[in-house]
Amino acid sequence: MKLDLENGVVEMAHGGGGRAMARLVEDIFVRSFDNPLLSQRNDQACFDLSAGRVAMTTDSYVIQPLFFPGGDIGSLAVHGTVNDLAMAGARPLYLSAGFILEEGLPLSDLVRIVASMARAAAEAGVAIVTGDTKVVEKGKGDGVFINTTGIGLVPSGVAPSGEKARPGDAILISGTLGDHGVAVMSCRENLSFEVDLLSDSQSLGGLVGAMVEAVPDIHVLRDPTRGGLAATLNEIARQSGVGMELQETAIPIRGPVRAACEFLGLDPLNVANEGKLIAICAEGDANHLLSIMRAHPAGRDAAIIGQVVEDADCFVTLKTSFGGTRMVDWLMGEQLPRIC
Amino acid sequence: MKFVDEFRDGDLARGLADAIGREVREGTRYHFMEFCGGHTHAIFRYGIQDLLPKNVRMIHGPGCPVCVLPMGRIDGALHLAKQPGVILASYGDMLRVPGSGRDSLLKAKAQGADIRMIYSPADAVGLAEANPTKQIVFFAIGFETTTPPTALAIRQAHKKGLCNFTVYCNHVLTPAAISSILESPEVRDLGTVPLDGFIGPAHVSTIIGSQPYEFFAEEYRRPVVIAGFEPLDVLQAILMLIRQVNEGRFEVENEFSRAVTRDGNAKAKALVADMFELRRSFEWRGLGQVPYSALRIKEAWSAYDAEVRFQVPDFKSEDHKACACGAILRGLKTPADCALFGTACTPEHPIGSCMVSAEGACAAYYTYGRQRRAS
Repeated sequence: MKLDLENGVVEMAHGGGGRAMARLVEDIFVRSFDNPLLSQRNDQACFDLSAGRVAMTTDSYVIQPLFFPGGDIGSLAVHGTVNDLAMAGARPLYLSAGFILEEGLPLSDLVRIVASMARAAAEAGVAIVTGDTKVVEKGKGDGVFINTTGIGLVPSGVAPSGEKARPGDAILISGTLGDHGVAVMSCRENLSFEVDLLSDSQSLGGLVGAMVEAVPDIHVLRDPTRGGLAATLNEIARQSGVGMELQETAIPIRGPVRAACEFLGLDPLNVANEGKLIAICAEGDANHLLSIMRAHPAGRDAAIIGQVVEDADCFVTLKTSFGGTRMVDWLMGEQLPRIC
Repeated sequence: MKFVDEFRDGDLARGLADAIGREVREGTRYHFMEFCGGHTHAIFRYGIQDLLPKNVRMIHGPGCPVCVLPMGRIDGALHLAKQPGVILASYGDMLRVPGSGRDSLLKAKAQGADIRMIYSPADAVGLAEANPTKQIVFFAIGFETTTPPTALAIRQAHKKGLCNFTVYCNHVLTPAAISSILESPEVRDLGTVPLDGFIGPAHVSTIIGSQPYEFFAEEYRRPVVIAGFEPLDVLQAILMLIRQVNEGRFEVENEFSRAVTRDGNAKAKALVADMFELRRSFEWRGLGQVPYSALRIKEAWSAYDAEVRFQVPDFKSEDHKACACGAILRGLKTPADCALFGTACTPEHPIGSCMVSAEGACAAYYTYGRQRRAS
């Protein structure tokens, strides 16, 4: 029986292993992700890799709402995993995609999500070569959960890692902070506010490719996703056993993000990003790296925001625009708005 | 960002810091308490202490409504949240605050209690409308600023004939707390706690006006400057306090004149007076029992009082023995003097009141000011 992609919904049978599931896989996944490896319809994908270092990562996506300004759970599931590979300096190659669908999910939503994944994968230059589908009863999922696993190749001579930050190194950010977190918050059910802002969800594979080609010895690469810039820099500081000093005036934050954080009582440095990276490199490489980043569309607003310093306490501090100094700490627990 | 950036201008800050530097006299002590958590937050977030001369010290007062709520009241909220058919509506930063046994609303939520984070009491009224078979309890906390919206929510519910909406009232009063600090033996008699002036509340004063502070200035001979929550407001207020100290004055001055008048907001005050009355005494975390320092719902409106409808037991709970919050709130100690600070007591696992909200002195010190101890 043909799938009713306009008005149909996910049913338990779509995960049952029978004809209905085959139809779902065929009409939605194989058709959208269209590539030779997937089209072989085996339980796994087999491919050759050239010799060298391989990067592998996995991530699960459970975001609500499923669709948000500038993206959706599908594009996010591609960008997030591609970016985790890119943060090793790797060129992302292949992804797997595991779907947990909730009974009752409109098929039209699923089609939209899968099309968005396919588009994001094509843009990032990766192929989704294997996958899995499960259906859970209504009330036992949140529409759709997606897991993606990715594999990429790391060029020789490139080995950024969290423990490599050294005192004197420069800290760079590839663009404005907090766009994703605020865009998503703006459409949560109990907090809808209008904001002229899109999520920054994007693949950073291309940007990293250009960066490692120009400066192979980038010491650290990391994307400040959940927990924002603050959490990511604290992680790196601890891994490397160093401190960091940031300049508040140098950190790029859009007006709408600042405004939303202001009235919600949040700190933009704690807000999530999905298309930004932090690079730490030798001071002598910083200006060259900055110009390479700014020349790439994904790094247009890149900036040098601070430097690595010696500090046995591994504190990340910020010179405020006001002239004082404060700590930039991890976010404690869940980000909750203040009462006043 | 208009109306915000103007009050955070680094050049103006340097100008004010220079003026403060010129105004202070060597050998004179300037120890000022900022009452409000909003001021504490601004001081730490913008690093204002770095701009002040050494003999100007800020003491962080008890003006964080989340922090001062005693564990017994949190236990009361937890008790309500666990009643069958109840949806408890709460402001976000109350969710993490520990009651006794380190239980919190977030933990209760994880265990199945229906607890909703709201941004306004009107959202709680909305919940009552949308869930006619449930009992909606609004966990109302805050100083004079958040009391009028609670009163308004009760009125709205009354107008709409909602029988499933009640308020667990924990509204507290600023002047009573300031009195309690000034009346404590350390401050009044022994002189061991030098308090040379107050930065008066910003938002609270928009409601109650500047008039209620005139009594303190006169009675305790301490200057009060009401200031906004922006960092330039705070610096300007410090300069005004220094001038008063130097000139031997103890007046109420209003730096926040863009929002505060002498008489405050008459409409809001009338709304509150219509619906609430003073409790004889109320416990504050860190300060203990403070007479006439909190409000309860008047009998005429008791249909909307969760304490009446659900017969909330009177939970007793004691603060941790090693916790120095009481001494910190009265300026006797700094957060770093507390044995629990940063070890057993952190923002993730707060023990004392000053650590529970971002506006508490210990949390602000931990989150924004820890580098000072190291340097």
